[in-house]
Amino acid sequence: MKETPLSNCERRFLLRAIEEKKRLDGRQTYDYRNIKISFGTDYGCCIVELGKTRVLGQVSCELVSPKLNRATEGILFFNLELSQMAAPAFEPGRQSDLLVKLNRLLERCLRNSKCIDTESLCVVAGEKVWQIRVDLHLLNHDGNIIDAASIAAIVALCHFRRPDVSVQGDEVTLYTPEERDPVPLSIHHMPICVSFAFFQQGTYLLVDPNEREERVMDGLLVIAMNKHREICTIQSSGGIMLLKDQVLRCSKIAGVKVAEITELIQKALENDQKVRKEGGKFGFAESIANQRITAFKMEKAPVDTSDVGEKAEEIIAEAEPPSEVSVSNPVLWTPGTAQIGEGIENSWGDLEDSEKEDEDEGGSDEAIILDNVKMDTGVDISNIGSQDAPIVLSDSEEEEMIILEPDKSPKKIRTQTIGVKQEKAASKKPMKKRKKKRAVN
Amino acid sequence: MAEAVAVAVESLAGVKARAARTVLGQVVLPGEELLLPEQEDAEGPGGAGERPLRLNPGVRSRVRVVCGPGLRRCGDRLLVTKCGRLRHKEPGGGGGGVYWVDSQQKRYVPVKGDHVIGIVIAKSGDIFKVDVGGSEPASLSYLAFEGATKRNRPNVQVGDLIYGQFVVANKDMEPEMVCIDSCGRANGMGVIGQDGLLFKVTLGLIRKLLAPDCEIIQEVGKLYPLEIVFGMNGRIWVKAKTIQQTLILANILEACEHMTTDQRKQIFSRLAER
Repeated sequence: MKETPLSNCERRFLLRAIEEKKRLDGRQTYDYRNIKISFGTDYGCCIVELGKTRVLGQVSCELVSPKLNRATEGILFFNLELSQMAAPAFEPGRQSDLLVKLNRLLERCLRNSKCIDTESLCVVAGEKVWQIRVDLHLLNHDGNIIDAASIAAIVALCHFRRPDVSVQGDEVTLYTPEERDPVPLSIHHMPICVSFAFFQQGTYLLVDPNEREERVMDGLLVIAMNKHREICTIQSSGGIMLLKDQVLRCSKIAGVKVAEITELIQKALENDQKVRKEGGKFGFAESIANQRITAFKMEKAPVDTSDVGEKAEEIIAEAEPPSEVSVSNPVLWTPGTAQIGEGIENSWGDLEDSEKEDEDEGGSDEAIILDNVKMDTGVDISNIGSQDAPIVLSDSEEEEMIILEPDKSPKKIRTQTIGVKQEKAASKKPMKKRKKKRAVN
Repeated sequence: MAEAVAVAVESLAGVKARAARTVLGQVVLPGEELLLPEQEDAEGPGGAGERPLRLNPGVRSRVRVVCGPGLRRCGDRLLVTKCGRLRHKEPGGGGGGVYWVDSQQKRYVPVKGDHVIGIVIAKSGDIFKVDVGGSEPASLSYLAFEGATKRNRPNVQVGDLIYGQFVVANKDMEPEMVCIDSCGRANGMGVIGQDGLLFKVTLGLIRKLLAPDCEIIQEVGKLYPLEIVFGMNGRIWVKAKTIQQTLILANILEACEHMTTDQRKQIFSRLAER
């Protein structure tokens, strides 16, 4: 699917807002969006949220034979994926220019800066080394993918624990987490990317551009740095000419931002460690808050239920008391045909003109109708409070009756539908129905 | 045969079809089956298992019911295809009215008669291609503007915003927009000015905002003098006197999605004080 085009008015508005030092989300020029780091239940799994941009990081490891020219070094592998879930414009299974650029930048930031001690990943020199694979998935795209991805990658690596191994002679033993605690990777430093967007040929500068700002920017400068203020990678794209002091200023800002982010990462890692040790709840299900949609919420209209109970009782009291129905033991005439109480004889097949039949029917039938009325009032009262189950309950009761006396079913269902229609006139309805029944009788 | 399938599905799901009337305003899930009032009589509560043989089925009164978005007719059955709240509109005269599912989504599907905001992406010959957020761009004839003739072409550039209405919106067909009503009047439609800000919200919020006597709009109107256009495709264009005010308005409208009435009132009163 094609990308939604940017309209002229958006472009003009954004540029004018940037000139006035204002941003769409109310941030200042050098502000980052909110960063949130949450961990999965397993080690080495995390989600980093940078505003609405979301990246899922997952680290996995495998024992492989090393590369021939580097017999004593483990292998690091990074892979960033831009799925269609993040933005409909991303095509699955195709290496877009953006994807290649981002992957290359990530590798330079994390592998070439030697932040992970690859020598410690060696198990048997020249034979077995650990291959660490970092998979990053963009879950939602709202600009500045590279910063979010680099944070997710380093957080996932810091969080990851590989299984412990021991070498005795030629024998390599791999221990499960139950046998021996998994060991963390040895990480020297944490390089983090910071993006700067330039507008109007470098006159204006913004930190952490969001998606729409990225679309109107003239150029981008990405600086990867660790908290010791060592630059790991620097990349300028978009073809703008930057002055020396501009780059220097950016590197100063990057130093501050990286320090802040590193602190945040360490806090998040410590927090997760603590929770795991205490045996508290952790994992995405706990840490990611669910967003509620309230736009659809209807205000509940207050319904006066103060005297509903009394009214219902009044109605019941006014109604003729049910003639004593002796709910005696069901009599089983033949298998499949039972009878409760002293009713009329079975009248299968007279369904078509049940109204006529009503006239013929005697007193005991009325009792059943009354029963029905009572049941309905019950349903109505509960309906005012909450609109659920009771109707269903009464249904099941009726179902039993239907099996026993099949000729009643059409009538009862009809009364039921009347009941639903007149839901609002709760108090009036039973009376009406009684009248109807009387008329019929 | 169809009946047998229905029973099989029911038993598979373990849930019996619910009567549409009893679940009004409640959440329904895709795959759920609903019963319309006239079906209730026959196969409604309790009757699903042993249904008396009907000798003259023609007598049953037929009621005309319209299935809106999120519902789908499948033979005799009414199936839910979207997750959301079931809504019902009483008919003006006779019939069963309209049932639909109010769901929260961002992807727009063109509907005939909807007023939308589109972005011109190309000019080709005598039509403009307009992106409306649907699966394919809509076409807009240059004659479909007020006062436009073969000589007098409207001044529309690529990237401009268009407020128009769908006249053709069919499945698997390119939708077509116009910027005039049936009398040839613009009636508010046409090219939207060069200033102001366009932003996107969910379709549910748009419907909420466009509902008659919507409180949010009235409250927003009291805040600043503003121009605002709502497109049913989830796009809002807003313009106030200054950039600051426009930004505030855009952020408030976006935030309305996740605010309760009380929270919203609080924010509005705080803004009014300033």
